Amino acid sequence: MAQVTSKYPAAGLRAAPGLRERIDIPRRVAFAAAASMIFIVVLLLAFIAWQGIQLFVKDGTPVGQILSPTWQPDSTAGPTSFGLLPFIAGTVYVTAVALLISTPLSVGLALFLSEVAPRWARSVVQPALEIFVGIPSVVWGWLGITILVPFLSSTFSNDFTLSLPIVGNVFTVPGFLTGFSWMAGSLVLSVMILPTITSVSYDAFRAIPQELRTGSLALGTTRWQTIRHILLPAALSGVLTAIVLGMTRAAGEALAVQMVIGNSPTMPEAITQPVTTLTSQITLDMGNTVFGEPWQDALWTMSLVLLVISITSVVLVRVINRRRLAS
Amino acid sequence: MTTTAGRAIGNPSGPKPSLRNKTSRGSILADRAATVALWGTGVLVILILGAIILHFALAAWGVVSLSFILSDPSETTLGGIFPVLWNSVYMLALTLLIAVPVGILGGIYMSEYAGENPITNAIRFAEESISSVPSIVVGLFGLILFVDDFHWGFSALGGALALTLFNLPLMTRLSEQALRAVPQDERSASLALGATKWQTIRHVVLPLAIPGLITSVILTAGRVFGEAAVLLFTAGVGTPPHYNFLNFDLTSVASPWSPFRPATTLSVYIYKLQSEGLGAYVNQIVDGSAAILISMVLIFNLGARYLGRVLTRRLTAV
Repeated sequence: MAQVTSKYPAAGLRAAPGLRERIDIPRRVAFAAAASMIFIVVLLLAFIAWQGIQLFVKDGTPVGQILSPTWQPDSTAGPTSFGLLPFIAGTVYVTAVALLISTPLSVGLALFLSEVAPRWARSVVQPALEIFVGIPSVVWGWLGITILVPFLSSTFSNDFTLSLPIVGNVFTVPGFLTGFSWMAGSLVLSVMILPTITSVSYDAFRAIPQELRTGSLALGTTRWQTIRHILLPAALSGVLTAIVLGMTRAAGEALAVQMVIGNSPTMPEAITQPVTTLTSQITLDMGNTVFGEPWQDALWTMSLVLLVISITSVVLVRVINRRRLAS
Repeated sequence: MTTTAGRAIGNPSGPKPSLRNKTSRGSILADRAATVALWGTGVLVILILGAIILHFALAAWGVVSLSFILSDPSETTLGGIFPVLWNSVYMLALTLLIAVPVGILGGIYMSEYAGENPITNAIRFAEESISSVPSIVVGLFGLILFVDDFHWGFSALGGALALTLFNLPLMTRLSEQALRAVPQDERSASLALGATKWQTIRHVVLPLAIPGLITSVILTAGRVFGEAAVLLFTAGVGTPPHYNFLNFDLTSVASPWSPFRPATTLSVYIYKLQSEGLGAYVNQIVDGSAAILISMVLIFNLGARYLGRVLTRRLTAV
């Protein structure tokens, strides 16, 4: 009597599952939808990796050459050199300065939202942050071009020299020439990653048990002492995760950075000068090169570098969080 | 008792015994300074956002009009943005058509079926990985796969597919959260009545999760609408032709309904104009387009909030 069918299956004890139920089509379909993401990642890695190694495999460029600081991709203008160092350095420097600006602000904002802000202030700032997230990168870039870049070039056009009484001139930073610069790129990025770092650190602060706060305050500490000595250490792994996520977003942002950075494919010299990044160069050159030529293969190698950076950061976030769960 | 204890610990001669009086003047000042600084960050964000909105409101003044929205592009006169706006909407619809079912199904799996096992872990890892891949790299992937290998050339479909795989993790995670927010008791009650797992999901969990699911669709839509880097090398950057909306020939490149035509969207158009536009009106056109883009983002955002709230109230009030 395996096939007990009834108009009301719930009336008796559950009938033995029929064929349809045993195959469980919905479960399989849902699984396929979720697992498609694994398929996409594998496909993406395979395609980008394959294209990315063509520079070495097909074009015979020595692997060591990508660490050279010289970028001369045009074979009609003399011997080529596919040094990716200017782009990697540019990405690292621009991202680093963006993080330096954005981290204190974002963590401060997260603390404000979770520890200080009254309800009404939270209900104003949080929606504002959501709108921040939604502003497209071309709009940030356009704001950079029309407001930030002219401001930098008109306000800080003079060279800046730091002189000390006995030592003499310590260093000189040249003034902004056009305003398109490393600094402009970092400033635009710092605003773009602010919501990312803020929301992830905010979650980390909210996850701290209330007892830790009341316990600390009961000992007579001020709110700031509680934040500094209890909350920040307790949320450290969450804040680190937030910074890594912000870093990933900054390193991978293409259009907004390309629009304000000046795109000079040389090693970065000063924060006021034009530099370039991996994403900017790909954006600029991809459309102007021919499929299969070494120049374009070098761009694919750059995108492979970007992919490696982003997968590394995913692993990094996992390591940080595993440490938290372990402790 | 407590007062005497407080006096004994604190300053016995002081007129006002206070639990706080061990706190030094310096740390109180530091606390005040920190409070001011933390308020400052909140105020700063509001000021920046206010300034941006004000800036675009002023910049759009005199540019954005009905004819700006409804006419064809031109850089030598104050051209309109109609075809690119149409492409943005078309692309958004095409992307959501694919991403919403797949994303919600994925969310159903992650919330209702997935156990703690290596496969679930691999799916999560893939989800995080795609979210962290730079959009330009996703665009390049689309360039290889759809444009070159499939020989589609620059096409709306290729762009929409690239957008789909870029936003699938977001859509999946948001739907998973929406479904997880449904109380466990609802599921137990349904299963106890003899419903199968799928009947429970279909008739109990999904209806209850609808407000959350709609919010997640709108949030994804907002991101899709503004995305440009993914589309540069998949859907093309050319200035679109004049569209004839009576041309329903889906294989024709000139038909605005065809998924196999290049489709420059509003954000890509902004990027293109600012990088290579030469006409005297380029700045105004970009300002106007950016203002429209920002307004759409605002509408999507506020819409998601409003709809979510209304639907939750309606569904829970019954």
